[in-house]
Amino acid sequence: MSAVLNDETKKVLTTPLVNDNPITLQVLGICSALAVTSQMSTSLIMALALTLVTAFSSAAISAIRNHIPSSIRIIVQMTIIASLVIVVDQLLKAFAYDVSKQLSVFVGLIITNCIVMGRAEGYAMKNPPLESFMDGIGNGLGYSLILIIVAFFRETLGAGKLLGFEVVKLAKDGGWYDPNGLMLLPPSAFFIIGLIIWGVRQWKPNQVEKVEFKIMPIAHGEGGHH
Amino acid sequence: MLDKKVSGKHLEGFFAKLDKSEHYQKFKAYAKKVLALGNDSLEKTIAIAVSLCLVCAVLVSFAAVALKPLQVNNKEEDMKKNILDVAGLLEEGADINAAFAEKIEPKIVDLATGDYVENIDVNEYDQRKAAKDPAQSVAIPKEKDIAHIRVKAKYAKVFLVKEGGAIKSIILPMHGYGLWSTLYGFLSLDPDGQTVQSINFYDQAETPGLGGEVVNPNWRALWKGKKVYAETDQPSAEKGLITEADIGEPALSLIKGAVDNTKPGSQYQVDGLAGATLTSTGVSNLVRYWMSNEGFAPYLKKVRTVKGVKS
Repeated sequence: MSAVLNDETKKVLTTPLVNDNPITLQVLGICSALAVTSQMSTSLIMALALTLVTAFSSAAISAIRNHIPSSIRIIVQMTIIASLVIVVDQLLKAFAYDVSKQLSVFVGLIITNCIVMGRAEGYAMKNPPLESFMDGIGNGLGYSLILIIVAFFRETLGAGKLLGFEVVKLAKDGGWYDPNGLMLLPPSAFFIIGLIIWGVRQWKPNQVEKVEFKIMPIAHGEGGHH
Repeated sequence: MLDKKVSGKHLEGFFAKLDKSEHYQKFKAYAKKVLALGNDSLEKTIAIAVSLCLVCAVLVSFAAVALKPLQVNNKEEDMKKNILDVAGLLEEGADINAAFAEKIEPKIVDLATGDYVENIDVNEYDQRKAAKDPAQSVAIPKEKDIAHIRVKAKYAKVFLVKEGGAIKSIILPMHGYGLWSTLYGFLSLDPDGQTVQSINFYDQAETPGLGGEVVNPNWRALWKGKKVYAETDQPSAEKGLITEADIGEPALSLIKGAVDNTKPGSQYQVDGLAGATLTSTGVSNLVRYWMSNEGFAPYLKKVRTVKGVKS
């Protein structure tokens, strides 16, 4: 452990940013990406909370990975994740009361965020604690990156502000910009994330998924139920 | 492994003592035995589940208990901040607790009669808690429950700002249902119990950017000077003074779009929130409910000291 950033830790820290981004490639954690990104401040706190929970839960799960009975594996992971999320929620209520008021239930919903579970099950169960911790940080940062990009567009286009500061003067305050109300509603995050995924896959065509099955013409009957 | 994890956190000293105890040695031997078992054996599964639950429970309870005083303090301070804000007395950087103690006088009001209640400790009384206690609350008949709150506390906690012994602002708590959430807020009135000074909401979970704009300072500023109760066109007293007889039912409400201030009746109208029809309706309803005879109308009748001058 002399060199903290050996090749493996470097890899798990950087690949989730673009090459293996939890949102754009794995398409996980979409629900909270829709819910909290209407403002930059809530997105930043959410990103921080999720990064910490992913890192520490991965490290904790990895530390006891050799003793987790496979029959209760998922419940053990959930218990650890849920406990950490409660602790984070309590910390926010104690030290960042205003933001915790705005995030309301979404901090609690980190428990159900697929990224946390995905890293626990996909990485921490097979790798040592330090690497798992770094993997959690890396994936948290990948999630954060997308959240920040989405929040940037939603807050500026939807409210003319960024982190609460005025960026463009709104028509109702005597400026020229008429805000796009759709940007403040969750569906707009779908469009933005969709565009980001399209952009990334255009840039890195190896991320495009292979066609898993061909859609059969309906006349043949079989592929009808999907 | 598990022992180490717990001791590393908060129980180091405790374990040093325990090390000598016979029970602990037995426990250690058992833990060793269990850890050596196959992962899928029933005994290990149960042992791991139980010990994991213990560790997590200790962690969660520790966080909850240790941080509780800070959280309670935050909540109280936030409430005081909102009351100072609605009274127009909030200064950036000033000590909130000191300012509140100096400038704001809390009072308890019996909603049914409008009289002050003196035999309850005003600092201890929590109206939101009282509303949940059947002994301290009353159910609201369905046809009157326009704010959709079902029950209300018998006694309300109001706040007065005084200057030289005379009331300067009357701050009334209100709550009611919007689109997603119950909105909790304050309405601050002039001593005439009729003219709005300010409004704010300290607890709500409406759509950010749409219904959530109830906290927007620009929108809140629109409330200043609006009238709560319908006034008769011809004041009964001379010189345009309004008397009790001229004050009718609550009339203040949010309308769709912007208010045309030149039109008659605009003093009872506030711009609705764009894209948030249901939140706007909710705000209209909760203001009307709390200003009606169900809410603070009996109190305001008694406390009105100055009759407003008809503009």
